[in-house]
Amino acid sequence: MTTRFTKDHEYIRMEGEIGVVGISTYAQEQLGDIVFVELPSVGQTFAKGDEAAVVESVKAASEIYAPVSGTVTEVNEALAGEPGLVNTAPGAEGWMFKIRPSDPSELEGLMDEAAYGALIG
Amino acid sequence: MSMNKEGRPTAAGAVTAIRTAALLPDEPLLFEIGDREHSGVDLPEVEIGEDRLGGFGRRTSLDLAGLTEPEAMRHYVRLSRLNMSIDAGMYPLGSCTMKHNPRLNERMARLPGFADVHPLQPVSTVQGALAVMQQLSDWLMTLTNTAAVALSPKAGAHGELLGMMAIKAAQEARGEGHRRVVLVPESAHGTNPATAAFLGYSVRSIDARADGTVDVEAVKAALGPDVAGIMLTNPNTCGLFEPQVIEIADAVHAAGGFFYCDGANFNAIMGVVRPGDLGIDAMHINLHKTFSTPHGGGGPGAGPVVLSEALAPFAPLPFLRRNGDGLELVEHVEGEALGRITAFHGQMGMYVRALTYMLSHGGDGLAQAAKDAVLNANYIKARLEGTFSAPFGGQPCMHEVLFDDSFLEGTGVTTLDFAKALIDEGFHPMTMYFPLVVHGAMLIEPTESESLQTLDRFCDVMLELASAARAGDAERFTAAPHAAPRRRLDETRAARQPVLKWEEAEGRAEAAE
Repeated sequence: MTTRFTKDHEYIRMEGEIGVVGISTYAQEQLGDIVFVELPSVGQTFAKGDEAAVVESVKAASEIYAPVSGTVTEVNEALAGEPGLVNTAPGAEGWMFKIRPSDPSELEGLMDEAAYGALIG
Repeated sequence: MSMNKEGRPTAAGAVTAIRTAALLPDEPLLFEIGDREHSGVDLPEVEIGEDRLGGFGRRTSLDLAGLTEPEAMRHYVRLSRLNMSIDAGMYPLGSCTMKHNPRLNERMARLPGFADVHPLQPVSTVQGALAVMQQLSDWLMTLTNTAAVALSPKAGAHGELLGMMAIKAAQEARGEGHRRVVLVPESAHGTNPATAAFLGYSVRSIDARADGTVDVEAVKAALGPDVAGIMLTNPNTCGLFEPQVIEIADAVHAAGGFFYCDGANFNAIMGVVRPGDLGIDAMHINLHKTFSTPHGGGGPGAGPVVLSEALAPFAPLPFLRRNGDGLELVEHVEGEALGRITAFHGQMGMYVRALTYMLSHGGDGLAQAAKDAVLNANYIKARLEGTFSAPFGGQPCMHEVLFDDSFLEGTGVTTLDFAKALIDEGFHPMTMYFPLVVHGAMLIEPTESESLQTLDRFCDVMLELASAARAGDAERFTAAPHAAPRRRLDETRAARQPVLKWEEAEGRAEAAE
């Protein structure tokens, strides 16, 4: 199981052929309490870097970009009723959507945990 | 409560517990004051035989709180006393230009010829009102050096929408409707990308330079045959004048795009810089900011849009035209691009107030106001920057000064806590967490309205708060506000579980707590 990060603080955790996408612990701390998450639809396709979701916190609204190109296979419906899961468990129950990468080599261009840790200091 | 036809109470109403803290009452909701068994005026019982409503008579209760006139009036007056307003104290909310609303404006707006005018009156009876609109238009076009103005937009964001609609219409008329991208720098107002997205454009963001301004090279790199234009806020939300704005305008025009300028910060340059000289194609002007008409509850906003020669043919209806000795409103044109964007002609009361402000200042006075606004912001910057952290350091600011939260590092106090503590000192907080280009932003705009004494008191308070935070008195901040009618509100719960409608059981239960 590998988790990769973008410079925009999304993570993608590969579980077999499917990547689970959410935002990092650091990102949710910076955003503050999340009050709303707008998710993509299952079946939507994105190019890497496309706007795939929106999170709204008490401070700001921010776009969530697709970390890799691919097709959405599932979205986390639980966030509609409980957006705070992104704060309490960003890497677990607070995931946002699952994507089937169309070009798995794009994953290589993302940061591993150590590189991401260095980015956020 | 029952009352007679003159509106005086005739019986005791429902007893409601009102906790009174000195002169600041804890005000219950209207429904908790009145009851549904009575109405404001009790009419005598009348005998009606057969009604003639043809079955359309009301069958259910109106579900309104029954209040007497004095009860209703006191409710709103008490609520108004819980509010912080520019009339009560300094309101340094960045990018909002909370300047004093001169009383002379109000006096003029209440002249019956303006206050009682109706949009459907015959044009021959409203020549004075049309002359006000014409004169206001002339001032706005002169101050901006532009070819046309649409007065009718009812807010800044509405004006933005109109300006971008005009750009879209102009490009479609040229057969260039395929341009689907709008460039928006990070330091733009938040409404800019929203406006572009609302019109179906996709937004391409331009990063800010390390000094907080927009790099013309970054704009050039983002331009292309798919770009409809740029939406630039100048001065920007970092409180900085864009030094390369003319080069940016030239580059955008050379690539076939248009330049929308967000004029929300026009107060910094009014009478000093004409945006038309910078190459703008459209810009809204918030009369409720720059031209001292009230924000929000004191009256509606107004966001006239000035347009360049290229966009003038795409102005919305209606527009004013000379007709002999008088003026007429042109309300129909064959093949016009946009039609109307409001039902009538915009906010007449705001036109009167804004023109009053212009005429009472004169051109030189407006320039002086802009310079004083910039001077005041730089005074605050100079007094605070040794203690507060100015992310774009050395350069002077325009009408507002931006600090980040690095001076709070390690104190356990956040920008939000700091702002709440400012309430306890009698000041409305500054704009927080905006712009997003700096961490924990505090954006302070004093406007020209504040005296040196008020600026000094504000700076003294800011410095004292900063030293309290650094001395470890975090409790003063994290539990603030202590002295406001309401303590720290649970913004998260309010956003996640908004209660938008009063429900009897819940309302009564909470009132009894």
